[in-house]
Amino acid sequence: MSQTTSLAWDPAGFDALLASQSEPDWLTTLRREAFDHAQAMQWPERRHEEWIRTDIRMFQLGKYGLPVLPTAEPTPSVQDAPHQLVDGVKLGGRIETIDSCITQSSLDDDLAAKGVVFGSLSEIAQSHPELVRPYLFTAFDPDHDKFAALHAAFMTGGQFLYVPRGVVIDRPLHIGSILTDGGTDTTHTLIVLEDGAEATVLHESNSTDPKAGGLHLGSIELIQKAGSHLRYVNLQEFGHKAYHFAQQKAIIGRDCTLQWTLAAMGSHLSKVNQSVDLVGAGANSQVNGVMFTEGRQHLAYHTQQYHRAESCRSDFLYKAAQQDQSRTVWRGMIKVDPEAQKTDGYQRNDNLILSHSARADSIPGLEIEADDVRCTHGSTTAQVDEEQIFYARCRGFTRKEATRMIVTGFFQQIFDRITIESVREALGAAIARQVREYE
Amino acid sequence: MTHVLKIENLHVSVGDKPILRGVNLTINHGETHALMGPNGSGKSTLGLAVMGHPGYEITEGTITLDGEDVLAMAPDERARAGIFMAFQRPMAIPGVKMADFLRHATTNVRRPDRKEGEELIPMREFRKELKEKMEHLRMDSEFARRYVNDGFSGGEMKRAEILQLAMLQPKFAILDETDSGLDADAVRLASESIADIGHQKMGLLIITHHDKLLEHNPPEFTHVMLGGRLVETGGPELAEELHRHGYDRIRKAYPDAAAANEEMLGEETEEALA
Repeated sequence: MSQTTSLAWDPAGFDALLASQSEPDWLTTLRREAFDHAQAMQWPERRHEEWIRTDIRMFQLGKYGLPVLPTAEPTPSVQDAPHQLVDGVKLGGRIETIDSCITQSSLDDDLAAKGVVFGSLSEIAQSHPELVRPYLFTAFDPDHDKFAALHAAFMTGGQFLYVPRGVVIDRPLHIGSILTDGGTDTTHTLIVLEDGAEATVLHESNSTDPKAGGLHLGSIELIQKAGSHLRYVNLQEFGHKAYHFAQQKAIIGRDCTLQWTLAAMGSHLSKVNQSVDLVGAGANSQVNGVMFTEGRQHLAYHTQQYHRAESCRSDFLYKAAQQDQSRTVWRGMIKVDPEAQKTDGYQRNDNLILSHSARADSIPGLEIEADDVRCTHGSTTAQVDEEQIFYARCRGFTRKEATRMIVTGFFQQIFDRITIESVREALGAAIARQVREYE
Repeated sequence: MTHVLKIENLHVSVGDKPILRGVNLTINHGETHALMGPNGSGKSTLGLAVMGHPGYEITEGTITLDGEDVLAMAPDERARAGIFMAFQRPMAIPGVKMADFLRHATTNVRRPDRKEGEELIPMREFRKELKEKMEHLRMDSEFARRYVNDGFSGGEMKRAEILQLAMLQPKFAILDETDSGLDADAVRLASESIADIGHQKMGLLIITHHDKLLEHNPPEFTHVMLGGRLVETGGPELAEELHRHGYDRIRKAYPDAAAANEEMLGEETEEALA
């Protein structure tokens, strides 16, 4: 965005950002601390374990301006936001952002009447600090690396959802984030479900153009109190020149269920840390992931299932297909604290490599300190089998149809786990768009 | 017009190894041919070569369907032209439901000019037909919802191949040991089903070691393959003789082919051991 190019990620830019926000002091303090840390921190290097497989030497922060500040004059607008998760879905509310500038925010009256709060994170931090302050940055770690610190210092236009005790939201809420070509998005999403609350959130991030560039420095925090139930879907389809750095973390309490479905299709380079902390007995998480890459995309996902309480269950399945010269990295960990007896942990990553130059790194891991647990993990990497293609061709399928069918079938196991039809359809369509013309 | 599948002087190699060494075979629509022969003689190779498997190189000879050059066609074009093979070892396609697979296959084969992305046979119409065919084959309707050959028992795979034969209604079908690995009851059921679907309605080339399948589908012709050649052709009595007495007489009568067969079998064993 042209109006931001004069603002850099430096003290002057930071001050300008602070001046543009009407935020409570405690939040400004958090930002200042993060900014100081960011200034002092080095960029991650390849000798760091998390970055061995992910080369960011081509990334230059200075090429991107700060996110659009609320004081900037023209509100950017994008026609026909490319949202897909909402087709045929009756929503309870929605928030739209463009380059982390909120352009639209709504919540059905009946939900507001029940005490549900859904809107701009910075506004709500000001108006209802008691809802935000106890949770902000409790799952997200601003000191994780320089990207995290920069995010904490420069986050703008975040979304916040609060569902009070016992309130069940029967309609999905939608968050649509759009990144313009060359734009910057520092959105922070914070979701808090009180005891026994229930919600479904459909979150999709797109670029204005499949080839667009830009920078996303983001974070998602999902906080669930005892007995709450959350279905969270995030579909990431940034343009194929965009950089995407994010922490996506959940902390779920006693007897909670979390079904988290993630689809990563876009970006030139992604480095995401996704984790679920199970902190109350009987908590149950299911994480489903779909990755489908092409061109020279590089998607690195570091995931964690962290069992900190007894009798919790975590079920994790990522399926990834790689085309062209693209590469995915998955490094997963099931961590079990000594007190987390009776843990049931499952972790699996399957890869389908569709080209000789594509690559998948799949590194499962277990770190178990309790003795009465059941943890299993697995990882497979295979190529499309020419015998399968021949078999399908003998039944009249063209080579392309056969490949498309085999790839779709590969992802079916994930689809079988998704209970929301619009999400299944959107994912199916996203996969279908991505399948190459093979010959 | 009677459809004719004609194989002339077919030589096929895998890698550098010749497998078929001049096969001649003409099948008219409505005829049933049995193809017998000891292990390693090249029976499955013939089927795979007719379907156009990329690993099987045609070094000499022709295959034509009603005068059209089959060798110039891609495997899916052969399927759409009306040639079918029931695989000895069908491939699993996890995540793809039998019904969806068959709907797409049936559409492509019935509408050979269909372009990618064009409409499939209407779901309702297709389901009705599939249900009828499955009932006829005494298959549980649950079968259609399972993933193609994924976790199927040997018997289920063979029945799935027969169901595909029933749906695709090809002009010519090669059945590669569609009766092997089945118990006696299943063999009878498979034999009856094939007779019902295909006997005298298609040109059938039945590759088999058993007599049950041929009892229900009496062949007009029996061919014996040895060392990559059809060394003898006879009527149903030849199939019976081979079934009763094995291939000793054939081996003695055709020592060169028998030697070639031994050599091919030896290589196969070496490969299996490697």
